[in-house]
Amino acid sequence: MPPKVLLNKCDGCRAEHEPLCEQVCPGNLMTLGENGKALCRDLRDCWDCMSCTKVCPQGAIETRMPYQIGYHPAKLIPMMGTNRITWTCVDINGKVERFVVKNRNSEDED
Amino acid sequence: MVDSAPENLHKIEEVVLETDILIIGGGNAGCFAAIEAKKINSDLKVTIMEKAHIDRSGCLAGGMDAINTYIPEGKTPEDLVRWSRAQAGGILREDLALRIAELLNTPIEEWESWGLPIKKNEDGSYKFRGQWDIAIQGSEMKPILAEKTREMGVEVINRVVATNFLYDGERIAGAMGFGVRDGKFYVIKAKATIMAAGGAGGIYKPYTNDGNDCHHQLWYCPFDVGTGYALGIRRGAEMTTFEMRWAAVRTKDFNGPIDTISICYKTPMINAKGEKILAERYQEQGGDKAPRYIRASAPMEEVLAGRGPVYVDTRHMTPAQIKEMKTDYLNERPSFVLFLAANAQDISQEPIEVYGSDPYIVGGHTASGYWIDTDWQTTLPGLFACGDVAGGVPNKFVGGCCAEGMLSARGAVQYISKAVEPAGDFSAQIDMEKSRVFAPLVADEDGIAPRLMEEKMQRIMDEYAGGVQQFYRMNEERLDKALRHIKMMKDQLRYLYAKDLHELMLAHEVIDRLDVAEVLIQHLKFRRETRWPGWQTRMDYPEVDPALDGFVNSRVNLETGEVEMYLKPYVQIVAGHRMKPTL
Repeated sequence: MPPKVLLNKCDGCRAEHEPLCEQVCPGNLMTLGENGKALCRDLRDCWDCMSCTKVCPQGAIETRMPYQIGYHPAKLIPMMGTNRITWTCVDINGKVERFVVKNRNSEDED
Repeated sequence: MVDSAPENLHKIEEVVLETDILIIGGGNAGCFAAIEAKKINSDLKVTIMEKAHIDRSGCLAGGMDAINTYIPEGKTPEDLVRWSRAQAGGILREDLALRIAELLNTPIEEWESWGLPIKKNEDGSYKFRGQWDIAIQGSEMKPILAEKTREMGVEVINRVVATNFLYDGERIAGAMGFGVRDGKFYVIKAKATIMAAGGAGGIYKPYTNDGNDCHHQLWYCPFDVGTGYALGIRRGAEMTTFEMRWAAVRTKDFNGPIDTISICYKTPMINAKGEKILAERYQEQGGDKAPRYIRASAPMEEVLAGRGPVYVDTRHMTPAQIKEMKTDYLNERPSFVLFLAANAQDISQEPIEVYGSDPYIVGGHTASGYWIDTDWQTTLPGLFACGDVAGGVPNKFVGGCCAEGMLSARGAVQYISKAVEPAGDFSAQIDMEKSRVFAPLVADEDGIAPRLMEEKMQRIMDEYAGGVQQFYRMNEERLDKALRHIKMMKDQLRYLYAKDLHELMLAHEVIDRLDVAEVLIQHLKFRRETRWPGWQTRMDYPEVDPALDGFVNSRVNLETGEVEMYLKPYVQIVAGHRMKPTL
């Protein structure tokens, strides 16, 4: 059932013509609902690529595993930095793991 | 955003554009083609027609954790071709493979200079994880490439789905399509066209497709639906080796990549009895280094023999290795880490179960695609191909597809320097295509939704054309049944009904997949042997037939509509036994 839009956090990217998640989704799945919030039009067609989750400036999108292949509730939350992502993963028993991954060479190194 | 059906075809706005080089599909091959064309001549107008958004389109949407082919110091392009040839069961276009290998390292080094982090050893050299593959941190590699593409002055038209080529009677003169967001009809005239629209996922039913929320639990990008092949098939282009399907050992249920675990951390594949399958049962074929199709079919054979489930044994991994392995996944398919968390799986205690994937038609991994010449031109003049749609060279992976992007751009630039501009009146063609494209949107509401047709097609292919649920097995009679029903479905396309533009895109995905499926079945029927068990398992012809040592090619006869099949001879350039990875 990925992705899950957190309605209390999503502002529909008010200044944008299309919300950022709608701009990038490779499956044309994210759109704006009648409530002005992001909406995945077809949960089953998501590839879990997490493009929408990464690009959301409000941290308002969570990626979920389809229940058919994983239990509830587990979370994987990316925090995008300038040249790195900090990932927080919480398993179904509440166990937390963190990962910091460089994802871009910065101009002032090597 | 326009998201409703037009009242009639006359109200659909037409956008007519002209360019020097049109590139269909802005994945990694398409972006590299665009950048290369602008590098050769910055005055050229280069246009990318992209179904999604180039920041996250194609196979690299989620990222990548390795470049699977990079030539290390001390090895030669011939060495790589020998390895690749043996991995593919001795069938590959050596002329093309050599050209790719010669250029292979260049695009990766450029990508690094644009911002892609590549893992290094302490001495600054690239960190190899196997004999040919280097480790990268590629979660943002596609946005980095997209930024470079825009910076080079390439015109990018996002959210336009290509539907057919423009054809001036002798050569391809661009393409037509529709805007999935704006509902407009696009006509893009070009002096040369490069097809880079990716391979075909979703031809077969995935085994996780048992509920509403798992339809796209695929290894391959589910938004790459074979459109690149379909456009060529409909125009009579020569295609090659569709029957060499790509299926691989993947993590069970998640259907994700496995090389990250098995190559980087030397985890053996074991059966339920704890036997190391490849080392103990496939020693003659190379053990852990057996050809890819052997490795793909091995776990399925274990399941059939009653020795499943099958695992990659991660129980010897240290906590530091497990952390690093999960980091690798976060760079490639991040949700696999979520999958483990959603099953509270501690892989130091419980190994990771593996299973075969659904089959894909994907020229970056196997040899399916357009038959091309050494300028990367297809048999349709003015049309070039690169990446997953280009045939003949298996094991290209990301790096090889980038190199091919560059090679196809060089071919296209050379072509437009001497070819005449496309001439003629395209209006009849445009009118016909416009009514074909929008037909599902103006059809009777009492029609068939694209999803129903997609699921029906996937079930036919799975059951009768050797899907994963059938352990990839097939025979002539079942293939005949698959063909009969795929043809019936093509006839039923007139009942397709799309309620909005998104569904119109899904409708064309079904249309394109059916064209690919029909050609695929013909290829599977033609190869009356089993050359690549797993990829192509003919129960009625279980042995290799030396008479079929070559390329199975096809072409739709545009007068009769029939798919014509024939064998092209193998040409060996690189010395050595074709089934051996080294001299």
